[in-house]
Amino acid sequence: MLAYPLIAGVLFGLYFSLLGIGLNLVFGVMRIVNLAHGDFLMLGAFVAFGVFYLLGLDPLLAVPLAFVLFVIVGIVLYGLLVPRLQQSRDPEMLSIILFFGLSQVIEALVTIAFGTSERSIPSRELGSLMTAAAKALGAKPEGGPVDILGQSFPAAWVISAVVSVIAIGLVYVYLYRTRLGTLTRAVMSRRDEAFATGINVDRVCAAAFGIGLGLAAIAGVFAPFMFGSVTPAFGADATVTAFVIVVLGSLGNPLGTALGGIVYGICYMLVQTFLSSWADLLPYVLLIVVLLLRPSGLLGRKVRVA
Amino acid sequence: MPSFVRHMLLIVAPLMAAFAILPGVYDNHLLLFNFVIFLILAQGVNIIYGFTGYLPFGYVGFFGAGAYGFAIMVMHLQAPAPLAVLAAGVVGVLLGLLLTPLLRLSGAYFAIANLAAALAVLHFVANPALESITKGPYGVALNGTFNPTLAYIGAVIILALTLGFVVFLRNSSFGMALQAVREDAVSAAMAGVNVVKMRVIAWLVSALVAGLAGGVFAWYVSVFYPDNVFSSDFSIFAIVFALFGGVATIMGPIVGVIILYGIYNLIGFTTPQYFQLIYGVLIMALVLFLPAGLVSLATRRGWNVP
Repeated sequence: MLAYPLIAGVLFGLYFSLLGIGLNLVFGVMRIVNLAHGDFLMLGAFVAFGVFYLLGLDPLLAVPLAFVLFVIVGIVLYGLLVPRLQQSRDPEMLSIILFFGLSQVIEALVTIAFGTSERSIPSRELGSLMTAAAKALGAKPEGGPVDILGQSFPAAWVISAVVSVIAIGLVYVYLYRTRLGTLTRAVMSRRDEAFATGINVDRVCAAAFGIGLGLAAIAGVFAPFMFGSVTPAFGADATVTAFVIVVLGSLGNPLGTALGGIVYGICYMLVQTFLSSWADLLPYVLLIVVLLLRPSGLLGRKVRVA
Repeated sequence: MPSFVRHMLLIVAPLMAAFAILPGVYDNHLLLFNFVIFLILAQGVNIIYGFTGYLPFGYVGFFGAGAYGFAIMVMHLQAPAPLAVLAAGVVGVLLGLLLTPLLRLSGAYFAIANLAAALAVLHFVANPALESITKGPYGVALNGTFNPTLAYIGAVIILALTLGFVVFLRNSSFGMALQAVREDAVSAAMAGVNVVKMRVIAWLVSALVAGLAGGVFAWYVSVFYPDNVFSSDFSIFAIVFALFGGVATIMGPIVGVIILYGIYNLIGFTTPQYFQLIYGVLIMALVLFLPAGLVSLATRRGWNVP
């Protein structure tokens, strides 16, 4: 009885971690609140639609494509927007409004180009390439649901969770095992001191911004499978969800997001299973309680003032 | 002439006169009413963001709570409408008191927590389990109190009171103290300003204003759903209008509402997605090129803008 929501919660939670981690990376490094985060997710979903419907390929192939595409988009956008924003009096607050504007632009452009209809991809198509490859090698892959501890779950959930774990692992490698990551963490902890030691803060930030958007786009590729369908207006809700996850983990600590995502995923599944009429309320109440008791999130540094 | 009286005579009085005369010469009374509502909300945002630096991203929470306060007074206690509007203000203040702990948070944390709070109130009110009290998601219909003319007059009176408070903030040591707290809370406290008390007063006044506006809005429209009165458009429009004109001034939010809400009504209804595009671009341009709002065009030249 309890096993199903718990395991499903962990699967969703891993995906939710991926959904939030890009937002958190951008905030942690630049102190910028990317309110258009959900819209990049939505664009990632449209990359998946393009790969599947136009090219007829496995949507899983959209993952590397979306990542590379949006890292480039991110670096360009960074150059256009952020240096100017940083000159203003209150960049942290104004970033909220700037990126709200950007989210409006993205949503409007996608609506003009593709209309407002709901789009989805049949769930079994995700990973079809792997199944085909396994068949060619003579193995007998089982399509359809995957069994974990005696409970069966849609294969798409499992694939999303696995890709999320890989992506989060790569973020860890990037932050803790590469030179760029060390510089990024330096900028994260003390921007001005990093600048004073001769780090090219702008370049580090541009990379982090690009990677943040790239991660959002990867999460977006799986959005049609995890949420059923995606519309151009999907972005706003996704942004709020991402915020809840990020703050649960701790704003400004990208790896804390992994914990936040799992906590959120399990709560989400438990409430949906046992108390569905109050399910909508949960993330927000959870968020406020966490913010008031531990404003820095479950794993964060102290940020409270006055 | 003291500047307080001058501002009341030169800004508030002509605006009130305009809103008193306009219904006689212009037929779209709903539009006029909406202008008044957005003027109130933009000034409410001005009080809390302009003078204290807290960005209320869930400002609509107070507005919606006020609307439901009005509806519950009318539905369950058969209160006369003006009394119910006052009760709506009280509901706004009570919600403000409940959320006072959020003021401990700073920067983006506050904005996000406030957004979550507004969504929590929405999901609470819209919960089917509370149907006997709030009518849940099915919406409220108040036939007995429907009186657009009186509601319009009520809204104009609330606008006058709100503007009066902003004029007071602009011309009093209280307003100066708030701005000092916004710039540097520690220094202000050293100079003898009671930081916490000041912030809480501004926060509650801002909540009161939005609660009253919500009440009078409920009176005017009489039929509404939770999603209408808790629409995040209210928060975002109010913030953008206030910022566009320039916060911490009396004129800024007024100019912002008249220009931007004017544009919205010219093109917003016929082609919403093109409006959204223009709006998004406008918001981004505002933050990048004119972060202190339209009034900064004048203040840069050394002119004093009230």
